[in-house]
Amino acid sequence: MTYIAKPKLHHPALAPNALGFLRRDYEGSVSTLCAGCGHDSISSAIIQAAYELDLPPHRVAKLSGIGCSSKTPDYFLGNSHGFNTVHGRMPSVLTGANLANRELIYLGVSGDGDSASIGLGQFAHAIRRGVNMTYIVENNGVYGLTKGQFSATSDRGSKSKRGVVNHDSAIDMVSLALQLGATFVGRSFSGDKAQLVPLIKAAIRHPGPAFIDTLSPCVQFNNHAGSTKSYDYVREHNEAVNRLDLISDRKPIEVDYEPGTTISVTQHDGSVLSLHKLSAHYDPTDRIAALSYLAERQAAGEIVTGLLYVNPEPGDLHGALGTTDRPLNSLSDAELVPGQSALDQINAGLR
Amino acid sequence: MTTPLAAINDFVVKFANVNGSGSASANSMFAKAVLRMGVPVAVRNIFPSNIQGLPTWFEVRVTEAGHQGRRGGVDLMVAMNPQTWDKDVAEIEPGGYLFYDSTKPMPASRFRTDITVVGVPLTAICNAAYTAARERQLFKNIIYVGAVASLLGIEIDVIETLVAEQFEGRDRLIKANVAALHMGRDWVADNMGPLGLQVRRADAVGDRIFIEGNQAAGLGAIYGGATVCAWYPITPSTSLAEAFTSYCQDLRIDPESGKANFAIIQAEDEIASIGVVIGAGWNGARAFTCTSGPGVSLMTEFIGLSYFAEIPAVIFDVQRGGPSTGMPTRTQQSDLIGAAYASHGDTKHPMLLPMDPGECFTFAALAFDLADRLQTTIFVMLDLDMGMNEWLTEPFSWDDTRRMDRGKVMTHDELEAGRDFGRYLDVDGDGIPYRTYPGVHPTKGGYFTRGTSRNPYARYSEEGSVYVDNVHRLLRKFETAKSLIPAPELRLASAPTRDGVIYYGSTGPALHEALGLFESQGRRLDALRVRGFPFSSEVDDFLASHDRIFVIEQNRDAQLRTLLMAENGGDPYRLIPVLHYDGTPITARFIVASISSLMDATQPPGSRPLREAAE
Repeated sequence: MTYIAKPKLHHPALAPNALGFLRRDYEGSVSTLCAGCGHDSISSAIIQAAYELDLPPHRVAKLSGIGCSSKTPDYFLGNSHGFNTVHGRMPSVLTGANLANRELIYLGVSGDGDSASIGLGQFAHAIRRGVNMTYIVENNGVYGLTKGQFSATSDRGSKSKRGVVNHDSAIDMVSLALQLGATFVGRSFSGDKAQLVPLIKAAIRHPGPAFIDTLSPCVQFNNHAGSTKSYDYVREHNEAVNRLDLISDRKPIEVDYEPGTTISVTQHDGSVLSLHKLSAHYDPTDRIAALSYLAERQAAGEIVTGLLYVNPEPGDLHGALGTTDRPLNSLSDAELVPGQSALDQINAGLR
Repeated sequence: MTTPLAAINDFVVKFANVNGSGSASANSMFAKAVLRMGVPVAVRNIFPSNIQGLPTWFEVRVTEAGHQGRRGGVDLMVAMNPQTWDKDVAEIEPGGYLFYDSTKPMPASRFRTDITVVGVPLTAICNAAYTAARERQLFKNIIYVGAVASLLGIEIDVIETLVAEQFEGRDRLIKANVAALHMGRDWVADNMGPLGLQVRRADAVGDRIFIEGNQAAGLGAIYGGATVCAWYPITPSTSLAEAFTSYCQDLRIDPESGKANFAIIQAEDEIASIGVVIGAGWNGARAFTCTSGPGVSLMTEFIGLSYFAEIPAVIFDVQRGGPSTGMPTRTQQSDLIGAAYASHGDTKHPMLLPMDPGECFTFAALAFDLADRLQTTIFVMLDLDMGMNEWLTEPFSWDDTRRMDRGKVMTHDELEAGRDFGRYLDVDGDGIPYRTYPGVHPTKGGYFTRGTSRNPYARYSEEGSVYVDNVHRLLRKFETAKSLIPAPELRLASAPTRDGVIYYGSTGPALHEALGLFESQGRRLDALRVRGFPFSSEVDDFLASHDRIFVIEQNRDAQLRTLLMAENGGDPYRLIPVLHYDGTPITARFIVASISSLMDATQPPGSRPLREAAE
């Protein structure tokens, strides 16, 4: 049950991070999801990413909508404020929270029902506004909590557990995010933590709208033959274009790969993303090429994963609005309330 | 023939125009000229849901007595729209006046014999002076203002000053407009005498200001410390967000950095608007949205979340004619129940009910204190009549010693000192728990906000007793709200009476005028203006001390009456609905006629069977 907190025990050999926090300090309550659920692996990857990034756990705000995936913020970062909002509307709540205090790190966790069906509009508009956030969709192609209905990311022709064939086209969240102006777009697989953890870390460090579509099989309702979101299917069709190896702060990059097979992207804050190329010609800073590559590989039945696009100089909503550098929620009466003298002038203009 | 009306500083002029013809600014200049002569006006803009082509009217009540309600009836019709000619002519009071463009002769059958017809060849004057079509159209408006002003004795230099103010710095435009003004005035001076209706200089305006309720509310949000606004355009609330935006540009740019101490989002819809507001409120910023009934319908799921998860939010509902798309450009008070109980499950929300732009300002500012104090959605219920019409109101004032009331927020130091934090724990017995802002402390004060049931320490629970304790605490909080909502305003009749009226919002000015008329007829009515919901004990007292209470509202279903019955045990036999809901603002004439006939018709109190008798 979600109200059962995990015991504070930890392995004595676990080392604290630079802030003195143990990995345990980034965990949350005990998960109530099914054993083997991909979502739990993603929660674990988020915990690992936050621990490795030395984030002060309370400086993260984690928001979600409704559904299995949206329950997970209770299972990681227990010292962060969390907000389980309403179905499909997490993006607007996250936008408002971000406007109120630009200093926190915003993590939006959602599912394919929450973001591709009821919440498709809010997903689109939060991305196109350039809200500085990490938006993770835990994508299993199915409604889990209501027991197995197709979601909008189910591929046409894929089969439900009960044998029904899906006749609707699938919404590809990654292509959408690219079109809508996300400045960091990745796709990964809950079963590949080595790929997922660095992607989450890089997304959190990215000062703009970062989106990660994470295939996350539903062991209960969408892990059978005929599904295109099962563990087996995703493993067989996974086509990683690159492997994000490290994110460093202005340090020289030393990666043990053949020359010409790595690519470095220096972000605005000076952090460097170092990528190992798995697909020789893939350039993750070319948005148009990324869109066309995705379409091409998708037609071939592959699931392209990796860091698909990054704009090293992203803008964000606060930049567009020209808001003050200080959190709006910290402004005082003196800064907000103009007083009687301003009112006298206004009155004079209304006669 | 009926004697032509004769009145000084007490008559109604109505301008009938075509939407999009540029008449609005000319008509507004006319109204302001009367004000500048020290004579109060009450104006109503009656417009269609249309940008160009449909009929629109602008009504100016010249009223030295200062009545701010609509009077009803028209003494001088300025008939500039051929589409509505017959209806406009029919609306003129017997003995009234018709001003029209006489360039093209009209058959006698199109006029009435009991009115005075004033024909001015506006098109001919225009065509002689201008060649460009747009010039002809725009200056025609100014020419009729000059002509009508002259007929009514309005001083031309007052209008000239207004022209100069409006086009400040653009001398060519000032000159052209003044020339057009003179064309109208001169033609009248050369060809006819003054009308029986006259504006005479007075000193009845004082230092009052002339402003729309939406603009006043937008300014109130500035003074209330709002920093986040998310909205979606909808008539009649759009000008509230626009006013807030404009005042932010003037008053909220940090002088040193040049950066904005505000964030305004035009969202993709009303659901996103309230979502942004709830997110910002959760995170400690003062946030609002403004909308109308259809928007509130869309927002209801989030409003329930705000109620149950206890997140501050402010919604300005500028009410229009419903249901559905209804009458988007007409006024009503028909969202009262929809707002009070918005969302599924057992929910109730505090509402503020401003009467005029003055209260739009003060209640807007107050709403943000109440939202933080009560940690819930506060509705501010305007309507199109007060929101989109300029009303004469007392100048705004502000107590510079006043500080924002941020409510119960537990700080880092309190948490550090070991103070017990339970997000939904009622430590003070007023039903209001403490909250923390996200990011406040590394290890304490964090909690998970959810719309599901939870225990006082914010942990998920579907235990029946835990749920019941929580919803009972929410009722205690609602009880606390009664002491924070502005108290009702009581006006006692000149002699003791067991008859009363209860009213609210934009009905106020018309009702106040009606009370004077009742007194002169010898009818005594105590009057209670409710200014917010939930209703405080003063309302209970009023209900208890009157045998017959007329509840005056601008909706079909007597929504305030329903709330009085449901929430305060108001007796349905004693609460008599007086309802006006055709989309036009209620008038004193309507109130007097309705209540007079009801008073004459209803049996004396006590003669009808009360429910208790059946027990």
